[in-house]
Amino acid sequence: MWAIYKRELKAYFYSPLAYVLTGIYTLALSLNFLLPIYGVVGPVRTLFGVVVYSFSMLLALILPILTMKVFADEKKNGTEVLLMTSPNSVPSIVMGKYLAAFTVYMLMIAVTGMYPIIIAITGKLNVASMLTSYIGYILMGAFFVAFGVFTSSLTENSIVSAVLGSLGLFLVWIVHNFLDVLTGRALNVAKWISFFERFRKFIYGIIGLRDFIFFFSLIGVFLALTMIVVEKKRWSQG
Amino acid sequence: MIEVLNLTKSYGQIKAVKDLNFTVEKGEILGFLGPNGAGKSTTMNMITGYLPSTSGTVKVSGYDVSVDPAEVKRRVGYLPEQPPLYTDLTVKEYLDFVSDLKKVERKKKKSQVSDVMELVKISDVGHRLIRNLSKGYKQRVGLAQALIGNPEVLILDEPTVGLDPTQIIEVRKLIKALGKDHTIILSSHIMQEISAVCERIIIINKGQIVAVDTPENLTKSVEGSAVYSVKIDGPEAEVIKALKGIKGVNSVKENAKLEDAIEFLVEADKEVDLRKPIFFEMAKHGYPILEIKTVNINLEEAFLKITSKDPNAIANNNQENIKEDTDDEEVSEQEISEEEKGDE
Repeated sequence: MWAIYKRELKAYFYSPLAYVLTGIYTLALSLNFLLPIYGVVGPVRTLFGVVVYSFSMLLALILPILTMKVFADEKKNGTEVLLMTSPNSVPSIVMGKYLAAFTVYMLMIAVTGMYPIIIAITGKLNVASMLTSYIGYILMGAFFVAFGVFTSSLTENSIVSAVLGSLGLFLVWIVHNFLDVLTGRALNVAKWISFFERFRKFIYGIIGLRDFIFFFSLIGVFLALTMIVVEKKRWSQG
Repeated sequence: MIEVLNLTKSYGQIKAVKDLNFTVEKGEILGFLGPNGAGKSTTMNMITGYLPSTSGTVKVSGYDVSVDPAEVKRRVGYLPEQPPLYTDLTVKEYLDFVSDLKKVERKKKKSQVSDVMELVKISDVGHRLIRNLSKGYKQRVGLAQALIGNPEVLILDEPTVGLDPTQIIEVRKLIKALGKDHTIILSSHIMQEISAVCERIIIINKGQIVAVDTPENLTKSVEGSAVYSVKIDGPEAEVIKALKGIKGVNSVKENAKLEDAIEFLVEADKEVDLRKPIFFEMAKHGYPILEIKTVNINLEEAFLKITSKDPNAIANNNQENIKEDTDDEEVSEQEISEEEKGDE
């Protein structure tokens, strides 16, 4: 597992992909951090609240791009054979790849640490709110990465993988936007599905065991699905 | 060492491999010969545990691939048709990664990687990106990858594809040398390659074994009779009549009319050497012989005969067909094997 983890991590930084995505993400966040300060848009309501919240959507776009190659390229370049004929199990291969992508995501998150530091220097930092926001952030990102790894295992084409990943996440976002008009059971189901709704709770400083279990289950489900797809592909491959 | 029992692979209705049975002894170099799409790669993928079989078993050192895949994979080095290379790594980084992947002990890793690089002659490109290497080097890096972890069994799917003639000879020598302490299965669709390296050949066509034998026996079994090409200056009808009168001659056929002679193909029993009887017979009639030579049926023709649906048609025309059909690559193959013989 660690051999695969190491190689994957290397691959992210040997290509410009990880740098470019981190750059875009940081730039977007920085603008949102700065613009209210200069009075271009309204004031920041909570530190890691509105600003960061609106950027969870950007993550739904960026993370599937980060993970798009994970399995798709392996298939395309014929290197899957090397992994599959080495004495490593499919779960350890999937976990190695997942953890590497997750590590890159953590590095991206680490860069955002500069905002709380700036605020702590220049003003008063709400540490508790910041911590819960970060936990929500990490959980949701960990799920996005798992989902991206899964869509990558579905296809040989990395672009298709990225599009599938983003589409899937955006679909939930659309459901999330209908929360106001839905009623009764439909509302409950939509609320349950919408990880954006759960994420918002973290931003507002609410930590619920249910939300933890929800994200961990999703991560588990999609990693298990990935393992099944990788295994099954060998059974049906033509 | 390797036991394959009733191995079958179907893709829906199509059976890519049907009921394959064979064993490979320890230290043996087995050639896997067949036209493209015969099921060579599929079989190799099943032996290495990359593809699961539809039915049947594969055992390596007594371990069943479907029961103990990790044990089998630890013992097998595999070079697939397309070398599995990470082109964004340097050769050295790549082989280090493969060592980790194959769980080579940390202490042995460094020496093993450099030994393997020495063996396949890629030490001089160790720090170059695989992406920038030529096809021949890439193929050799692929071979190096299979050797990492010092597996007992090597499965090589067309290891010399894309190499230039000198490299082909080098790789063949390397495989022969490796055969001393490894069990090797080698696939190819080129006869010379197989006959130069392997001790035993399995010919596979449409997913089924059509022949198993040594290269020599395989040639013998399809030869049956000897063919002589004779150029004689004389009237056609009489010459044919005279040739047919010689004891041991089965058939005579006019092959080509030349400026100063006619070329005949004389087919006879294998055991008797007909060159002298032909000479005396023609001398008696006063027809000068300008040239006489035996035509050998080589492994390539044997292969064509065995894998073709209508063996007779090919046997009759093999003279012309082979010459016309072989493309440049195979002609150069022939030259190589001759060169190689010269070397040894």
